[in-house]
Amino acid sequence: MRELKLMKGNEAIAEAAIRAGVDGYFGYPITPQSEVMETLMALRPWDSTGMVVLQAESETASINMVYGGAGCGKRVMTSSSSPGVSLMQEGLTYLAGAELPCVVVNVVRGGPGLGTIQPAQSDYFQTVKGGGHGDYKLITLAPASVQEMADFVELSFDLAFKYRNPVMILSDGVIGQMMEKVELSEQKPRWTAEYIEENHTWATTGKKANREKNIITSVQLEASVQEAFNHKLQAKYRSVEENEVRYEEVMCDDADYIIVAYGSSARICQKSIEIAREKGIKVGMFRPITLYPFPTEQLMKRAKQVKGMLSVEMSAGQMVEDVKLAVECSIPVEHFGRFGGSVHSPGEVVEALEQKLIGGDK
Amino acid sequence: MSDINTIIKPENIVYKRTDVLSDNDLSYCPGCGHGTVHKLIAEVIEEMGIQDTTIGIAPVGCSVLAYNYLEIDWQQAAHGRAPALATAVKRLMPEKNVFSYQGDGDLAAIGTAETIHACNRGENIVMIFINNGIYGMTGGQMAPTTLPGMAASTCPHGRDVSHDGEPIKISEILAQLPGTCYVTRQSVHTAGNVRKTKKALRKAFENQAANKGTSLVEVVSNCNSGWKMTPIKSNEWMEENMFPYYPLGDIKNEE
Ligand SMILES: Cc1ncc(C[n+]2csc(CCOP(=O)(O)OP(=O)(O)O)c2C)c(N)n1
Ligand code: SF4
Ligand SMILES: [Mg+2]
Repeated sequence: MRELKLMKGNEAIAEAAIRAGVDGYFGYPITPQSEVMETLMALRPWDSTGMVVLQAESETASINMVYGGAGCGKRVMTSSSSPGVSLMQEGLTYLAGAELPCVVVNVVRGGPGLGTIQPAQSDYFQTVKGGGHGDYKLITLAPASVQEMADFVELSFDLAFKYRNPVMILSDGVIGQMMEKVELSEQKPRWTAEYIEENHTWATTGKKANREKNIITSVQLEASVQEAFNHKLQAKYRSVEENEVRYEEVMCDDADYIIVAYGSSARICQKSIEIAREKGIKVGMFRPITLYPFPTEQLMKRAKQVKGMLSVEMSAGQMVEDVKLAVECSIPVEHFGRFGGSVHSPGEVVEALEQKLIGGDK
Repeated sequence: MSDINTIIKPENIVYKRTDVLSDNDLSYCPGCGHGTVHKLIAEVIEEMGIQDTTIGIAPVGCSVLAYNYLEIDWQQAAHGRAPALATAVKRLMPEKNVFSYQGDGDLAAIGTAETIHACNRGENIVMIFINNGIYGMTGGQMAPTTLPGMAASTCPHGRDVSHDGEPIKISEILAQLPGTCYVTRQSVHTAGNVRKTKKALRKAFENQAANKGTSLVEVVSNCNSGWKMTPIKSNEWMEENMFPYYPLGDIKNEE
């Protein structure tokens, strides 16, 4: 039986983690996501499912605890907000380099620096272009509702283990803090030690006499070996790009213009397209759900039909670069967005659309 | 003349290398203490019968490839983060035996926060700490443990304490924390000291089995390459200079 609850996005992450049978959460407080750990601590899942919840001394420690737990084949996660996620970049590249599955939630706030506790989407580059050193990718899901905050926890773990790769849920302060109705899934059991040993034969569960020792590492001192390993990683990323693109289209079929937006900005733009259509402008919305892999081909298809695209993000213009690349600059692509903690209104988006694209079209 | 092969028989064996040590050639410089400590850990694991339940956490430093030498499951950590990994491994699999193996730069400089907080939480793990007073792997730079006046590549005129501070006695600091149950400082430069270190390691793993909290075994060790001395000279220098600053023996031993 699925249960209906009214809750914040951050609380939904915590609830969903317990119900998905997650083994461990390691975190460090930071606004606007502290409710994740607060909710977990209040619910005491160690008494019900045996889930470990631990407050670490820093995000450096929490992401490395995640590394340790992931290396054991356990389903482990952490959450933070922008400054904390900056501190996790070292851990993330090690996780990617050691091919470890885990889930990291970033409830993004405005930057740079300590910035503001208000919502933003300015960590797009950090998330999908690297952040840490080396050629690696984070599978990135962008929830646009409290329901998706809950649903993406389990989906993220499925993807993380399917590809042995870290998965980022790139949320923001709006989705983290707002309250909505959520349908929660039923409680699932945690994986047993036997299940892990059988299915994750790479995990450090203790060397049995009948197998070679397992080593979790990202060191390959020999350049040729490191290059071969990088090729293997790249092949994995190509397979992620082929199989895991997720997106949503709203009123795109008859559209002359398309707004590209993700997360809370997509929620705002939902209203913007209604306002624009009342004015007689045929606008649709394209919402990437996976930011990596980016829905490149699907956007290119739409580029053949529309006169222009507006990337609407709470940043100074980050995803817009990927939209331009996707459509190979075959049509005008503009950016609009408030940033640094400010949130655009649906009306502001329509104005920007008229000024930047339709105005130029006349 | 008797053929050597007629002598090599199980009944004639007086010493055999433990199977927990692998056949791989060690990457350590001849004369370095790292290899000796590896062997002792391997022997303790074999004698306690915990090879199939022990998970080691390797650091960044000369012992980064420690996983090549002990036949157990291993995780290799980012520089200084081994205690964070060990924390999670032990908490998620409390029935396993977990140890970190770290150098002085790893444990007492870049990883100080992870070290102190793992000990403060009383993580039920063993931390093995090789203090050679220098950054061996990167070519002999100053470590947090480099002695006053001691030369290193980033303090070629000797450590100037008015500029760099005094060397840190991290074990004494960790012994202050209620979470540690056993903090000891040993060495492996003589047969007698090797035996004592092995006893200390055994005790540390037994503490873990008895859920006592964090056990820290510091081994004051030579880095003959980094110190630019012969192995024998480096051991003499260690006795004369390192031991007075880092005295051997138990710092804390809670029964
Ligand atoms: C984040 C980071 N900074 C710096 C280094 C370079 N580095 C590798 S090993 C090392 C020092 C290791 O010294 P220690 O822990 O004392 O080990 P030893 O080699 O002496 O056994 C440093 C600085 C690194 N690998 N990662
Ligand atoms: S550089 Fe020093 S610590 Fe490293 S292996 Fe050589 S002697 Fe040992
Ligand atoms: Mg050292």
